[in-house]
Amino acid sequence: MATDDNPTLRTEGTPTAGSWDGYDPGAFFCEMLRLGQDAEPILAAVIERIGNVPLGELHHRARDAERDLLERGITFTVYSDATAIDRILPFDLIPRIITAPEWKTIETGVKQRVAALNLFLHDIYHDQKILKDGVVPSELVLGNQGYCKEMIGFDVPQGTYVHICGTDIVRDENGKFLVLEDNARTPSGVSYVVENRHLTLRALPDFISGLKIRPVDEYGLRLHRAMIEVAPPDVANPQVVLLSPGIYNSAYFEHVFLAREMGVPLVEGHDLIVLDGRVFMRTTAGLAAVHTIYRRLNDDFLDPDVFRADSTLGVRGLFDAWKRGNVTIANAVGTGVADDKAIYAYMPRIIRYYLSENAILSNVQTHICAEDEGLAFTLDHLEELVVKPVAESGGYGIFLGPFSSKSERETFRAKLLADPSNYISQPMVKLSVSPTLCPTGLRPRHVDLRPFAVTGRDTWVLPGGLTRVALREGTIIVNSSQGGGSKDTWVLEA
Amino acid sequence: MSAETLGAESEPELSGGAATLLARYAESVLWLARYIERIENLARLLDVTKTFASGAGDEAAWVAILRINGDVEQFYKKHSFANGESVAHFYLLDRDNPTSVPASLHWARENARTLRALISTEMWQQMNVFYSQVLALKEDDLLPANLSRLCNFLKEACQTHTGITEGTFYRDQSWCFYTIGRHLERADQTTRLLDIKFGRVIDSKQAADQAVEAGEWNTLLRAVGGYHAFRRTHPHGFLPRDVAHFLLLDGAFPRSVGLNLAQADWVMSQLRSRYGLRGILPALERVDTLRGRLSSQNMVDLLRRGISPFLDWMQKELSLLHADLVSNIFSAEHAPVKPQTQTQSQS
Repeated sequence: MATDDNPTLRTEGTPTAGSWDGYDPGAFFCEMLRLGQDAEPILAAVIERIGNVPLGELHHRARDAERDLLERGITFTVYSDATAIDRILPFDLIPRIITAPEWKTIETGVKQRVAALNLFLHDIYHDQKILKDGVVPSELVLGNQGYCKEMIGFDVPQGTYVHICGTDIVRDENGKFLVLEDNARTPSGVSYVVENRHLTLRALPDFISGLKIRPVDEYGLRLHRAMIEVAPPDVANPQVVLLSPGIYNSAYFEHVFLAREMGVPLVEGHDLIVLDGRVFMRTTAGLAAVHTIYRRLNDDFLDPDVFRADSTLGVRGLFDAWKRGNVTIANAVGTGVADDKAIYAYMPRIIRYYLSENAILSNVQTHICAEDEGLAFTLDHLEELVVKPVAESGGYGIFLGPFSSKSERETFRAKLLADPSNYISQPMVKLSVSPTLCPTGLRPRHVDLRPFAVTGRDTWVLPGGLTRVALREGTIIVNSSQGGGSKDTWVLEA
Repeated sequence: MSAETLGAESEPELSGGAATLLARYAESVLWLARYIERIENLARLLDVTKTFASGAGDEAAWVAILRINGDVEQFYKKHSFANGESVAHFYLLDRDNPTSVPASLHWARENARTLRALISTEMWQQMNVFYSQVLALKEDDLLPANLSRLCNFLKEACQTHTGITEGTFYRDQSWCFYTIGRHLERADQTTRLLDIKFGRVIDSKQAADQAVEAGEWNTLLRAVGGYHAFRRTHPHGFLPRDVAHFLLLDGAFPRSVGLNLAQADWVMSQLRSRYGLRGILPALERVDTLRGRLSSQNMVDLLRRGISPFLDWMQKELSLLHADLVSNIFSAEHAPVKPQTQTQSQS
């Protein structure tokens, strides 16, 4: 790929105006230039608008946006002191654009996936037909650490287990969308989507002016509506709360954001109490009933009676209250089995099994090292593959074959052989790039996309989603813990 | 003075009783107000002491601040001599000193963070900017030539907070608890300010109705922003009993103890009648008693006997008032901000 100090590489069709000087996506699919695709007039207009702004002015606006974040206490800080821990992803000024037909694909694909996930979860906690029919190996599900035996036989309202789902999607060098993973437990990041739009509207009014872009600000209303739909029936005005681990959690900013957008109390475990199988919050006037809990607390912390006994973040008796039907917990407990990296490999088959449809969004080809065939293939192609531990999130423990040295490969081979069932492998996807503001100008940086789906009675997908960008040149891991940033994501109106 | 009438007229709009308030939030918002008020008053105290102190060698003036804040022992663990530099350092730069401005602001911000879903974005934003400015303070800002400017900056930042809060904070239960916190702290701080000067200027041997040297009273009243108001109501000079009355009992001066108790009283009675908080009753009874005792004081007698014991008693009662709220509304297990030892990551 192009490097910052090689500005002469330029392919045909690259805009030549100031900020674009030296921009070259190379062999990667560029979300903005879309070389090889029919010209999209709105994209062309945005490219021109960006090009009309001198680089210095772009940097100036980026600094303003950063100061804005800093003053509002939602920025990440380069100092390692804990004063501004709220926001972890830095903001990149240049938006990522999704066309209307592309969005149609993503939206229907995500809805299909969420529907399949919910049917799968209901099945594995009830009749287990998919296991009996041999579509997914039983031991993979029943022996999974995300499988929660306490959920067996329990009916959740509306059959919805995954109320909020974040689907991580990438694009390959041909611009084809591929699902990288499902996040069906407590996916975070939606607050960035809305905040980034606010930043863009302030920093780039001239870029966005006159363009028809799908709004993102109804997320809180949609979420609240879904939480009310799944509340226990027969409650006239269900009280929704957001349960947070507290102000020292890395996603606290988002918890605040969501509570505000929904207009519901942001509670911590010790604000809640279960009496006689009913959940109450402690208010100034005494105890007040609670009916739906959007929890941003992991399963094992939720209720010390059932899960981790040492949890001080959870609520004693909560699980029992839920099973009695007096409160609804969103997302349901035990969804981790569905977003496991090993189960992921079976998602196309799971979709076909329950919906009799082919997956609208493809998976990245996946080899399961727990299976002899998959392990043999992985060992043979270690230099070409990305190998991931199935139980980790946040980009930890990932082995990148193409970037590895011989000795690193040997070390990893031993690790893999010691515990093959802990790993899957995938070909290295040549992730698409998006122009990103760097010190020397706009440069291609790899991006992914996490759309957010909200499910009560039915599913709604927030137009766009979180675009994460790997700010370091050549890096493909976009997680915040690995130097990632975020961009505003524009979905064009049809 | 008719405090109820005054209150009812000045605060006619409160939201209806539908919305509940988490007990933990009520305590946090009260502390938020207290910490900010405390910072403003500390800035006022430092400023007035700097002006009072006759020179670098005037240790007594600086020890007085330490004494009324109960910091004498802590201070001398770190410093050998109390003067403008060392005391200013102790209160303005020393983050490890729990009564310092940076420490108070840290806790104000932590409480604000807890309350983020409740307070306005503008309140949060100003708090952040203020916090980063205080963290950026350096030794140079404390030099005698700069100290007044710094105190003024702190005062104004607190007033900005107060103004933003007045203009943006939704007036429901949470506003009531915020207001109680502000008035309790303000009443408490005014008793401390009185103590620092009356303890020194007037002792039992001096007649309380004897006019004293105008300069010090002038400065004291300016420290609480009440000089012109006092001149307007007492055009004929500075009698200690008049100054004491003005700061303790005046019904219109925003920092007088009496006015602050009246306002706290009004807000507490709103919590009872409008929001039905039965738990407010013990505090309400105490504030009523306190107001009764205060209004029956004769200033001349009080100053002759020595005002300090009365001020001490008042401070004790104010802290019991806060304790009433803790045990009857916030409840013991609801500390406003407790560092969590357990953490979890989210994908």
